[in-house]
Amino acid sequence: MTDQVDTAWEPSEVQREREQWRRRRTVRSAVIASSSTVLLLGAVGALVVSSPGWERVQETYFDWEKAVSSFPAVLEGLWLNIRVMVLCAVLIVALSLTIAVMRTIRGPVAFPLRLVGTAYVDVFRGLPLLLVIFLLGFGGPALSLSGLPTSALFWGCTALVLSYSAYVAEVFRAGIESVHPSQRLAGRSLGLTYGQTLRHVVLPQAWRRVIPPLMNDLVSLQKDSGLIAVLGVVDAIRAAQIQTAIDFNYTPYVVAGVLFCCLTIPMARLTDRYARKKGYHGAGGHL
Amino acid sequence: MTTPVTSPAGSELLRLHGVRKSFGDHVVLRDVDLTVEPGQCVVLIGASGSGKSTLLRCVNLLEVVDDGVITFEGRDITDPRVDGDEVRSRMGMVFQAYNLFPHLDVIGNVTLALRLVHGVGAEEARARGLAMLERVGLSAKAAARPDDLSGGQQQRVAIARALVANPRLMLLDEVTSALDPELVGEVLDLLTDLKGEGVTMLLNTHEMGFARDVADEVCFLHDGHIHERGRPEQVLGDPQQERTRAFLSRIRAS
Repeated sequence: MTDQVDTAWEPSEVQREREQWRRRRTVRSAVIASSSTVLLLGAVGALVVSSPGWERVQETYFDWEKAVSSFPAVLEGLWLNIRVMVLCAVLIVALSLTIAVMRTIRGPVAFPLRLVGTAYVDVFRGLPLLLVIFLLGFGGPALSLSGLPTSALFWGCTALVLSYSAYVAEVFRAGIESVHPSQRLAGRSLGLTYGQTLRHVVLPQAWRRVIPPLMNDLVSLQKDSGLIAVLGVVDAIRAAQIQTAIDFNYTPYVVAGVLFCCLTIPMARLTDRYARKKGYHGAGGHL
Repeated sequence: MTTPVTSPAGSELLRLHGVRKSFGDHVVLRDVDLTVEPGQCVVLIGASGSGKSTLLRCVNLLEVVDDGVITFEGRDITDPRVDGDEVRSRMGMVFQAYNLFPHLDVIGNVTLALRLVHGVGAEEARARGLAMLERVGLSAKAAARPDDLSGGQQQRVAIARALVANPRLMLLDEVTSALDPELVGEVLDLLTDLKGEGVTMLLNTHEMGFARDVADEVCFLHDGHIHERGRPEQVLGDPQQERTRAFLSRIRAS
């Protein structure tokens, strides 16, 4: 009696009523949420715009003509940020993964590795990034070592990589250690070596879990990449500063800020999609 | 044809009427009718994928039904206006894979809902938790972590966790399927005791011997529909449906 495919199923009276109620509730929630958002934003906006000093603030920070005129210079600076960020990100992932793996290898034989890894993280997480940049940026070229470039860009990037790798290594380590030991057992039981287990079983699972915090560090790097401006190179913020110095109009800073957001926000959506595709669910669901 | 066990209307604790649930195009439950009386033990049997677990999850409101009505204590709990958390707080659910919280010790697992949901003070919760662990024979393990227990012990903790707040109905989803054969007995013995104490249970299992011993009613599910139901000696001993016979002979052959 039940083998026939019941394409003929029609929702019952009760079910139709429930769905109607749910639809009404959804609409109501959406209306409440959007109207309260609009109200709040409107109130904040009105407060700012009606303030006595608004006109001067608008002139100084939101001057359209200044924005247009400073845009090319800031954009050119941003191109440096992007290049530094991409290059550093690749190097950081490589270095930090190495450190993280070094710190998670067990057994007395690996003690020196663990020691080096721990010391590295302790030192570079402790030192302020700006200090590392100054130290390497001015001290590095001063060494006059043959074969090493003396450019501020090279030493600035080195400082970024060294400093960020310490943070990111800890993110990776947390991910590696969050993979249940039974996964290692299963890998080893198949005859995979320690390294193969790590590469093909543990790291892929760890990677998936640390995508959100990695994203954090990447965005943070994108902005900190501007810190190497202290060594004399011109990034987006430095370019904005130069533009500002012409007439003390701060609009170029706002332009730089908007441009940074234009980079970050699509990147965040992209990683979300990537993570979903990789089957990252976390503790979501309808409950 | 199904042979519904008739009962005086209104006395039942749980009643499913015309319940339907699908995931995408796949219809998992269709037109399911079922009643559970207070103190009764109703056992669902059927092959993997026949919808037994989904049925329990629907009753616990862990899944939203596509159609049909589930009444619990005389109230339609499938009504979207009903507070699902409040309904769940009066049912106990036990899962196949125990689902204990690994970051809490045993007593922490057992007393979590008492403290957070039922507003019981820490001391009283602990006392009730320990009494419940005593009842499942695990008072010595109160401070242990779930990972340090055997499967049978973990499942007994899970039963204690579900039972400690005196639920009106226990839902048990293949609670012995993940256990070693020699550990199955300790869990089934506990369930038999609970049945003797008048705990109302709706469960699904592959343990036909257990079903025969404790069930007041056995329902055979196939393809999301209850094809046969009745007293265990009738459904298991003298099944009327061809499908039921085929299922039982496969079970016995293995």
